[in-house]
Amino acid sequence: MSSYLPNTEADRRKMLEALGVSSVEDLFEDIPKEVRQKGVGGLPGPLSEDELVRHLTALSERNCHLGQCVCFLGAGIYDHFVPSVVDAVVSRGEFYTAYTPYQPEISQGTLTAAFEYQSMICELTGMYVTNASMYDGASALAEAAFMACGVTKRDKVLAAKTVHPEYREVIRTYTRFRDVTVEEVGYKDGVLDLEDLASKLDDSVAAVLVQSPNFLGVIEDVKTLAEMAHDKGAMLVVSADPISLALLEPPGKLGADIVTGEGQALGNPASFGGPHFGFLAATKKLLRKMPGRIVGQTTDLEGRRGFVLTLQAREQHIRREKATSNICTNQALCALMGAVYMASMGKEGLKDVAKLCYDKAHYTMERLLERGFERAFGGPFFKEFTLRAPEPVETLNARLLREGFLGGYDLSRDYPEIENGWLVAVTERRTRREIDRFAEMAGGEKK
Amino acid sequence: MKKPVKLLNELSKPGRRACSLPASDVPEASEKIPEKFARKEDAALPEVSEVDLIRHFTRLSQLNYAVDVGFYPLGSCTMKYNPKVNERLSRLPGFLNLHPYQHKDLAQGALELMYGLKEMLCEITGMDELTLQPAAGAHGEMTGLMVIKAALEHRGEKKRTKIIVPDSAHGTNPASATMAGFEVLVVTSDERGNVDVENLKSLMSDEVAGIMLTNPNTLGLFEERILEIAKIIHDAGGLLYYDGANLNANLGIARPGDMGFDVVHLNLHKTFSTPHGGGGPGSGPIGVKEELAPFLPKPVIVKEGNSYRFDYDRPLSIGKVRSFYGNFNVMVRAYAYIMTMGSEGLRRVAEDAVLNANYLLERVRENFVLPFDRRCKHEFVISGSRQKKENGVTTLDMVKRLIDYGFHPPTVYFPLVVPEAMMVEPNETESIEELDAFSEALNAIAEEARKDPELVKNSPKTTPVTRLDEVTAAKRPVVTWITEEE
Repeated sequence: MSSYLPNTEADRRKMLEALGVSSVEDLFEDIPKEVRQKGVGGLPGPLSEDELVRHLTALSERNCHLGQCVCFLGAGIYDHFVPSVVDAVVSRGEFYTAYTPYQPEISQGTLTAAFEYQSMICELTGMYVTNASMYDGASALAEAAFMACGVTKRDKVLAAKTVHPEYREVIRTYTRFRDVTVEEVGYKDGVLDLEDLASKLDDSVAAVLVQSPNFLGVIEDVKTLAEMAHDKGAMLVVSADPISLALLEPPGKLGADIVTGEGQALGNPASFGGPHFGFLAATKKLLRKMPGRIVGQTTDLEGRRGFVLTLQAREQHIRREKATSNICTNQALCALMGAVYMASMGKEGLKDVAKLCYDKAHYTMERLLERGFERAFGGPFFKEFTLRAPEPVETLNARLLREGFLGGYDLSRDYPEIENGWLVAVTERRTRREIDRFAEMAGGEKK
Repeated sequence: MKKPVKLLNELSKPGRRACSLPASDVPEASEKIPEKFARKEDAALPEVSEVDLIRHFTRLSQLNYAVDVGFYPLGSCTMKYNPKVNERLSRLPGFLNLHPYQHKDLAQGALELMYGLKEMLCEITGMDELTLQPAAGAHGEMTGLMVIKAALEHRGEKKRTKIIVPDSAHGTNPASATMAGFEVLVVTSDERGNVDVENLKSLMSDEVAGIMLTNPNTLGLFEERILEIAKIIHDAGGLLYYDGANLNANLGIARPGDMGFDVVHLNLHKTFSTPHGGGGPGSGPIGVKEELAPFLPKPVIVKEGNSYRFDYDRPLSIGKVRSFYGNFNVMVRAYAYIMTMGSEGLRRVAEDAVLNANYLLERVRENFVLPFDRRCKHEFVISGSRQKKENGVTTLDMVKRLIDYGFHPPTVYFPLVVPEAMMVEPNETESIEELDAFSEALNAIAEEARKDPELVKNSPKTTPVTRLDEVTAAKRPVVTWITEEE
């Protein structure tokens, strides 16, 4: 422990002397005696560095990681390849041990990188502005719902049932205490049911919240949804998979007002669900309604280009209870990982990744269809798709696990109406060999 | 090093790439993306080589100040050293490459770590149950207030819609109250820098849900009358919320749970040494007293015999505030830190943090106005109002000059109750030599303000850029390289 505490006993005595007190206890005299402690009781440790490394290594080895099994599990977190440059950049102490860039003269590294992040996210989503990151895809979508309520002065949002179940749960929690009503819109053949939407969409609705490709893997018709929402004066908010946007028309070009998403696929390891980053991008009209930090370009006294946190009058440290959101600390380093990833892949590389995902996912589905699985929905998909398994998913996944495969997501809890529903994700990391073996194990050898 | 930085789009050249991907080993899909869904124009991501990319980001990193570079006395931010072993451990494949939906039997180590961390944090704060789900401090505040609201509603007390927040509170407090659907009542500070208890009494009614307090408060002062405040709130049927931003001063000294707080949020990226990452990721767990435990976000981790699982069967839970379980990899670092320090080490952290702050205040007190002249805890607030009045030099000018001396400025113009505020938090990982050097610099600047105010006003001079035009940035926002081209 003392390696993090540089002051020696002699230093402490010298400091106490300068203060004219005899012991450090005297500095805590103003704390009521009733609550004063003699130290934290009952903690393990202290451990030396070597003991610590052994202890945590042992704990980590009680987990099975994605390098030890072959992953066909997605449902929001994907086993994409992360190039070495990502960790090389974010391992630099100048990045990871800096605070929020409140002093721009000595934070141009963080600020410039955030500006580049913002630029690349806007390139991908087809939007005008994005903030410097949100906590995750779920909270980004919830914040987008509030933005829409604020702008339209309406207090109801419609959430597609094809949005990630956890995201919908987060939206329900966020809105529960703020008099915002959330109504769910059903689905038909794997995509949002347009008739159900039409019946629920009226001029009390602030926004329609959808995901595309949606949780079940199917690509939604964003353009039609945007037109329907706009007809009633509502906004369309789309939660998108950033990798898919290399091949799919960006929601910004199809009429979406706000595009959010989970950034994990962009260079962030799965990490048991966090930390990653959420993104939130919007049209020009919404620039001053955005939650969170935004980096803007400006010049210094000598006319040189520089970057600063801007439009801060929206934020909690200025506006307090009237702020657009309470978000302060975001996921800056994870967004930096996203930026390095996007730059590393570049224009062609990201298309290649997306194309590999697309082809391999379709190949995997074909192999599974040959083995007694049924395609649940006819619509186009990107890297994830829903099948009806010939047996309960729990037993199927248990069998696959014995063979070293992490099987697809079991839809029985969230979508019990899809019988033996199985959501399979295939990234560029899966090889033909792995896929063939996976299909063989999934389909065959039933006892 | 002063040559201008080119942005990635300016470095881009068609045909360059910084990645190597496998050739496809499957046939091209026969099912094509329908024309109406297919991207018409490529996303114009930069095309750079790997060496370009690394040099670019390395160059950017060199434009940053950071804890690894030097003293970073940002008040209420607790910029302590981030141990390197914790970085290494957080990258163990068994932590880094876990899928959140993999079967619990394949993640027992992760669950054990989370459970262990939860137990240790409960012990440290004096709380009964804890969730690790919130992603940052403000997120924890919002979650904690939602828990309070859910509990009050469950009691049938729907009309308790007001939360009391001190005038010295961080902006996230009132903003989080709004997020949780509360109205904010502001309680003033007294002449000792504490909550004005008489003013507090006058605010109480059966509409008050509770109070949010930071203790030590944002002035670095312990709320001496905390037990009296707790009694006033509890007697009126309200609850106490503890903002953990300043917990560093209390480790092993006094627990929020013992002071009467019902909900506590922690900033693992402050008190428990996980890096700030240039603004995140953080982690903002909240601890609660037993009565509030049923309302915590789900899932909660439970231990059964020697195994662990997530419990989703929580009918009174507020639900979820983010996907999955929180910022797991931040938790790994915090767990490692607590294991390294142990009980005695954590107590030493608080002692040294408080000793450092008092020593530093003693070294600079002569040159600055002290709005509240008493023993501070882990941080203190001084004012540059004398320099502003006598020399026309503002606090902003003085802290910009500190940069030329090689230090990161303290937090400035906060808390709002002190004009020209400088809020200084030298934490326990700084040595006496560092404190002496910093105090000499600050005293020298006070001298410069008297003798050569222009020098101070025109600082910093040694930085990659000089002061930036924030007004134009906000008036004519350029927020991407695409807007710039328009």
